[in-house]
Amino acid sequence: MNHLLIMLPILIPLYGAILSLFFWRSVRAQQVIGILAQVCLLIASFMLLFDINENGIRTTQVGSWPAPFGITLVADLFSAMIVITGSITGMAVYLFSIKGLDKARQTFGYYPVLLVLQLGVSGACLTGDLFNLFVWFEVLLICCFVLIALGGTKPQLEGAIKYVTINFLATNFLLVGIGVVYGTLGSLNLAELAVLVRTPAAHPALINMAGMFFLIAFGIKAAIFPLFFWLPASYHTPPIAISAFIAGIITKVGMYALIRLFTLVFVTDQDLTIPLFTVLAGFTMVIGVLGAASQNDFRKILSFHIVSQIGYMLMGLALFTPLAIAGSIYFIIHNIMVKTNLFLISGVVAHRHGTFALKKLGGLYLQQPLLSVLFFISAFSLAGIPPFSGFWGKFMLAKAGFEIDSFVIVLVSLAVSLMTIFSMTKIWNEVFWKKKPVVDPLLEVMTEQEQRHNRLLHLPVVIMTVFILFIGLYAEPVVAMAQLAAEQLLNSELYINAVLKR
Amino acid sequence: MELILPFIIGILFSASLYLILHRHFFKLILGLILFGLATNLFLFVIGRLTRGGSAIIEPDENVAVEPFADPVPQALLLTAIVIGFGIQSFTIVLIKRVYQSFGTTDLDDMNTTDQIEENH
Repeated sequence: MNHLLIMLPILIPLYGAILSLFFWRSVRAQQVIGILAQVCLLIASFMLLFDINENGIRTTQVGSWPAPFGITLVADLFSAMIVITGSITGMAVYLFSIKGLDKARQTFGYYPVLLVLQLGVSGACLTGDLFNLFVWFEVLLICCFVLIALGGTKPQLEGAIKYVTINFLATNFLLVGIGVVYGTLGSLNLAELAVLVRTPAAHPALINMAGMFFLIAFGIKAAIFPLFFWLPASYHTPPIAISAFIAGIITKVGMYALIRLFTLVFVTDQDLTIPLFTVLAGFTMVIGVLGAASQNDFRKILSFHIVSQIGYMLMGLALFTPLAIAGSIYFIIHNIMVKTNLFLISGVVAHRHGTFALKKLGGLYLQQPLLSVLFFISAFSLAGIPPFSGFWGKFMLAKAGFEIDSFVIVLVSLAVSLMTIFSMTKIWNEVFWKKKPVVDPLLEVMTEQEQRHNRLLHLPVVIMTVFILFIGLYAEPVVAMAQLAAEQLLNSELYINAVLKR
Repeated sequence: MELILPFIIGILFSASLYLILHRHFFKLILGLILFGLATNLFLFVIGRLTRGGSAIIEPDENVAVEPFADPVPQALLLTAIVIGFGIQSFTIVLIKRVYQSFGTTDLDDMNTTDQIEENH
């Protein structure tokens, strides 16, 4: 049963995708299978989290080959938390796409690809093997390629070509890194690697080099400065249901892999990595938020903010204290939800008004007060205003920074928070507050059916907002769990003993 | 042989990067293919070259007889080749679609998603 519990977040989307491929011609059947798979995935990942919370790190050996020879699946608190957040966003995006995505795209395999993407996310979070991590990343990246290009409009193709090229390069950097690790240490099992790098026989220089390959590879995937330029060029091009999921989760999975590798394996030369991460984190935050400030499109502002928020997650890794890593973990969870929600809100707005350009929008505060409140909550969460969720993540990171006297990075992060409020205020002013500049009488009158559609689109946004409010207003259990997860991450012995059964 | 292969890998990496940085679509495709090849060759060489001995365990023994070629890089390589092949074919189809809808072979024409839309 325990082994099944770890496998379920991988098996459910896999079987869901296979089953929905059998019903290629019937979108309705794919939708039913999709919702069943999402509900099961959500339940399974919550069961996994409760199980780990009670019994510690869980492992299973695929095909019963003992570690370190076979592929190990490892579930600790960090991976389980990411899997849960992924399934919550998956659920919301799924609900949104039923009405929010055009029929043509739905008939061309949207649901199976979405499920395989979730399979890749779960796999990347649960694997305990370096090469297997690469394979899961490929699974999710190929799905991202397909989803970004799905429909084949001009901007999509243009975004896809940038995304595919840069990610192909990142993948090959990852492979080279794996090659160096295998060539020097002779193993691919993360737990055994963690043992081997701590022995005096390891070559620190070669391991550092491998670490830098991983930093570049996952840095591209997580959109760290100066490797992020593909992100604002491609994330806003697909329809909003697709952008919302990809923008919400994929960069954070890259961040997950970075945190996992640089707390478990590449820890031997922290004189190099910690200053490097600090500088990268600072630049990522600042450049991202400045990029956002210059944009005039709802989705592009949000895309640049992804980059800026990645900086905060990297900052936790750069400070490298239990509190800072806990802050990063909490921040990843918060950011996946808030970012997806903001994208979904922009989708609801565009569904009503047919544009994402700030100049053309306006007057939503009077027309759709509920949506305004929902946006207000998410935007303030993103900016980190208490008592919303972003505040707790930033508070933990800032406190951890002050504890070890890293004042500069903390000041940068607080200044970036102010800039984040500025961009969110810009969206608020332009989209919700000001009068609509050009009133198109055709768009103002909605038919009965359109109104029903628009109300249905609010449903996933409301669900996500409830979760955001929950982790913000009742942060205690989530913060406590993030701290436990950080302790598990920094205490590598726990991971090693769980996998190698010593 | 072990001395030549690293040089070949280096040449492949640099040639592919050079081609990727070109503006023409076709050179982009060639560059991506060469980059994948260079990576695969690197993975192959990193497992140490052993000629003649395969890691097959004889029926009456418990371990394979030394010297044998390390099977793990070969397995990795096989997986990487298959995945790379998939991505490359996807890229080629994608680039063909881009060529059909944009009517250009110049990557510099593809800068609209980076621009800030002023007057929409």
